[in-house]
Amino acid sequence: MSGAAVRNTHVDPPHGGPAGGEAWSAKGAAAWLPAGVAIRTEGLGKRYRLGELRDRWQRRTGQYLWALRGVSFEMRQGETLALIGRNGAGKSTLLKILARIAVPTEGRALVRGRVASLLEVGTGFHPELTGRENIFLNGAILGMSRAEIRRKFDAIVAFSGVGPFLDTPVKRYSSGMHVRLGFAVAAHLEPEILVVDEVLAVGDASFQKKCLGTMDAAARHGRTILFVSHNLHAVRSLCRRALLLENGRVVQDGPVHEVVDFYLRTVDGVPGDAAEAQWPADQAPGDEATRLLAVRVRNAQGAVSFHQYLDEPITLEMEFSVHRAGMSVNTSFHVYNAQDVCLFATADFHRPGWEDRPLPPGRYRAACQIPAHFLNEGLHRVSAIVVQERKYFPARRDKVVSFVVHDRGELRQGYAGVWIGAVRPVLPWVVEPIGGVP
Amino acid sequence: MIATDGRIDSPLATEGVLAPPSGPTHFLDGWPAAGDGVVVIEPPRGLVSIGLRELWRHRELLYLLTLRDVKVRYKQTLLGPVWVLVQPLLTTGVFAAVFAVFMRGAAPSVPGVPYALSTFCGMAAWVLFANGLTRASASLINGQHLMTKVYFPRLILPLSAVLSGLVDFAVTLVVLGCMMALYGVVPSWRVAWLPLYAAWAVGLSLALGLWLAALGAVYRDFGQVEGVLVRIGMYATPVAYTTSSIAHVLPGWARQLYALNPMAQVVEGFRFALFGAADPPGAMLGPAMALTALLGWGGLWVFRRMEGMVVDVV
Repeated sequence: MSGAAVRNTHVDPPHGGPAGGEAWSAKGAAAWLPAGVAIRTEGLGKRYRLGELRDRWQRRTGQYLWALRGVSFEMRQGETLALIGRNGAGKSTLLKILARIAVPTEGRALVRGRVASLLEVGTGFHPELTGRENIFLNGAILGMSRAEIRRKFDAIVAFSGVGPFLDTPVKRYSSGMHVRLGFAVAAHLEPEILVVDEVLAVGDASFQKKCLGTMDAAARHGRTILFVSHNLHAVRSLCRRALLLENGRVVQDGPVHEVVDFYLRTVDGVPGDAAEAQWPADQAPGDEATRLLAVRVRNAQGAVSFHQYLDEPITLEMEFSVHRAGMSVNTSFHVYNAQDVCLFATADFHRPGWEDRPLPPGRYRAACQIPAHFLNEGLHRVSAIVVQERKYFPARRDKVVSFVVHDRGELRQGYAGVWIGAVRPVLPWVVEPIGGVP
Repeated sequence: MIATDGRIDSPLATEGVLAPPSGPTHFLDGWPAAGDGVVVIEPPRGLVSIGLRELWRHRELLYLLTLRDVKVRYKQTLLGPVWVLVQPLLTTGVFAAVFAVFMRGAAPSVPGVPYALSTFCGMAAWVLFANGLTRASASLINGQHLMTKVYFPRLILPLSAVLSGLVDFAVTLVVLGCMMALYGVVPSWRVAWLPLYAAWAVGLSLALGLWLAALGAVYRDFGQVEGVLVRIGMYATPVAYTTSSIAHVLPGWARQLYALNPMAQVVEGFRFALFGAADPPGAMLGPAMALTALLGWGGLWVFRRMEGMVVDVV
């Protein structure tokens, strides 16, 4: 912040505004933001009316929904902040208010600097216009001047890779070209504050990587970035800080890893200690023959832990009881990733000496170890199944425990983007010379 | 962006913001900006500003959106702007035929000016207004995909809708000029008034368009109002006839009321500017202008009050 700006904004008290407090919200009162602060919200709230608008004529009292209530936070210039939370938690509403698209119902926000909102790729593209015309239109819509677009035009075209089709109407573009062109324009925006919503949800993996890389570069250049995404990996690698919203309120504000972990533990109603589930004998899932007693995830040190690491083995464990003699019993785990893809199913009949022999009545513990460098980062859920006679499984609980795999970053060699793939094995590689340059 | 208020020109300079101009914020300035380019986002209350400065800062967007409207209208057409002429020419032809049949040639036109020319002149003014109004009324609904994704002064949407009609108007003027040459009608120096009357028509279409755009985005009923206004309005305006031709039928108060219709002033103004024998503007010129200004001011106010709500309901 330059000294000149500070001098010009006179010296108001940091929070009281012009003496009196009450007059603070009066229109035209000089807004005061401390130097170095990019965004400050004060009790921001947004209320929507539910139901048909016509109801308003019939009865004055409508049904209201507060999409956002009492949201106060501050963001410093150059900070990268993620908004996370379930669908409908108010993330997009907050983004839209800060981008000046929607108007708050109460409270206020102070924003310093030029804001660019990227809520969609290719906003305002007109299908009838050519790629060239749309670059100018889209650029202007996103807040660039024509001189600025002209200056960056060649770079935008090169980045998008649609050069040969520049004078073709965009309606004849493939959807991939459409997205690439839109993103190319957006990537050349140079705002002080960048507001980004789920843009990464479109496009293929390589496009997403490009998106993230661009935002990462913007962050490193000192841009203030406010980022909403369900891609928690992207959130982790891009942002230092996160706000967790729930029903329109901020429930957590802190370092990104803490907030994301808290969110993962509470998401989908998974109880607090997600790495362990156990039942008293009379409530245990199962029937009169077998019962599932407990399921746990243990780390390399043998402790029950929600947090696991890429480079350490993970142990899945279940306890079960067998009540009927002469019955063949085996156990199985199914492991799902955050996208709900079943990564693998494993069963204990590979262990030596299983051979379909009946398991005598009693209590048992079954455990299997997932090797280090096998799963990729992120949230995983585990289903535990006790199988009778290799076909009945009354003692079964789906996605009953979960754990999150963290990347300590040692094997990334500085690469910060999404490491795609359901699994992340470390494979033996050979790179050898086969001759000189032709 | 153009740094008109001390906002930094190159965002690459991450140091932030340059020294601001000091002094109180004027209500025309739009978002109350603190000295160093801090924008305050809060619920609108009381007298909302027009945001002229904000509008000026986005003038290039206004230009590009207007250009887009014009371009898109004629893309993939063979005849392009010729279509602009089809409707007014056909309507003029129909009126001419009707009056020729029923009135035996005693069609109400400016003395010494052929009926077709007198009517096409009125039609040029009317189409300028009516198309502007139609487009401005629909501008918020048509622009909702933009409004819900990015911020810009919402006034740009009806403004560009109205301005894009000027290209059509230019085409119409060329044909009007050809018709005048054909009939041997030579305009005098009074033709200088024409741009002013055209500006009035555009201003009126914007004034009414602001009302209908804002109200129509929230309550779709107002979309119907626009249709009625354009259809009935043409008959309440001396397009197919002249004001003097109905003057003797109307009682005094009705004449006054009729002349309060700003479009009646504009259409007669067009004729006054082009034809030597046309009537000069009457005493109701002032009140009609005042009415336009009032409508415009009210339209601006309603629009600015409702634009925030529009995003929530479109």
